[in-house]
Amino acid sequence: MASSNHNLSIAQYAIGLGDDALTLGHRLSEWCSHGPYLEEDIALINISLDYIGRARMFLDHAATVEGEGRDEDQLAYFRDDREFRNRLIFELPRGDFAETIARQCIVDPFYVLFFEALMQSKDPVLAGIAGKAIKESRYHWKHTHSWMLRLGDGTAESHQRILTALDEVWGYHFELFEMTDLDRELLDAGIAVDLAALKPKWDSMIDEVLTAATLTRPEDTWRQSGGRNGEHTEHLGHLLTELQFIQRAHPGLQW
Amino acid sequence: MVAIQTRAEIQALLDQVFDPEIPVLTVTDLGVIRGVDIQPGLIRITLTPTYSGCPAMNTIEQDIRAILASTGCAVEIDTVYAPAWSSDWISDAGREKMRDYGIAPPEKDTHSKKVLMGADPTIECPHCQSTQTKLISEFGSTACKAMYHCDDCLQPFDYFKCI
Ligand SMILES: [Zn+2]
Repeated sequence: MASSNHNLSIAQYAIGLGDDALTLGHRLSEWCSHGPYLEEDIALINISLDYIGRARMFLDHAATVEGEGRDEDQLAYFRDDREFRNRLIFELPRGDFAETIARQCIVDPFYVLFFEALMQSKDPVLAGIAGKAIKESRYHWKHTHSWMLRLGDGTAESHQRILTALDEVWGYHFELFEMTDLDRELLDAGIAVDLAALKPKWDSMIDEVLTAATLTRPEDTWRQSGGRNGEHTEHLGHLLTELQFIQRAHPGLQW
Repeated sequence: MVAIQTRAEIQALLDQVFDPEIPVLTVTDLGVIRGVDIQPGLIRITLTPTYSGCPAMNTIEQDIRAILASTGCAVEIDTVYAPAWSSDWISDAGREKMRDYGIAPPEKDTHSKKVLMGADPTIECPHCQSTQTKLISEFGSTACKAMYHCDDCLQPFDYFKCI
């Protein structure tokens, strides 16, 4: 039946977006009590909470349109790493503070542009989530932007460390703009976002902040992707071990 | 046969449901209740979250169910995301209560403001009304607040973010 295939595509799309948010939300939550100082600790945890909230909304939507009796918790806690569809940049270890900010520097402007576009989706739930999330992502970007200036234009050491961190994560940004067959199918249906079309605007946002932060843009010498096909780095398994432990040990536990 | 509740009766009950994180604000003050549909034996509430990950929303939902249980009606709660909640929806009464509680209320009219990406707005200290205040952190004790400091009375305070 065509309509049920269509629903499965939407479910798959929402699972990808949910997995992106879940893995990054988890990575940011790892800063809890490890932030460089109290206010920053709280900031990263607040941002983490926004991502976990998005993960819940996307996965709940996926479970609803899929209609196979699963719920958001089953999707989050009872799938193995090869079933996760998050893009690789989100599962990378939190690293030090520079690495966390470098990833946010790539991700925040992407989300500002992505949610702006997803708000036009013909799927009303996806559009609704986007309308909510874009306000948060603009706020996150403001926070990351100010840190880029402080680190890049700070001391010689902070400059060097944010530069190195950016270099290490740079090759993962391409995947954010890669269109899968699923993306193309749902783009034709007016539901998905044209990711490739976001790239020029993203480039100019990145160039603006790097210039202001006296940083040189890393060269495009390598790239890595595969997350949307379930091909992950070794880090995802370790992340899921911690994220899923309690539900795997005590299925259905509530508190 | 369960009597049909009047809108005023339902509203009076909802006015007893408070935000667990800012306990002077009712859910109505906060603007998260987007619809109340009353039918014989059934009350349907439409709720919208403030922030995607706001942990208070589950508590609010449970509290609404608990208080409406006294009507004997079935209660349905629908969560909607669109239109997205805006701090503009906080009532004037809510802003007043917030200030008395020591939290600077959000600036009004998010649309005409460059608050999100532009210059920081001037925030009035809820303790002494001074405008000599400065931002300490964009993020505060809950998802909805930022931290400020007053240069006149030297007190720190929370500012309810404008989104
Ligand atoms: Zn003061």
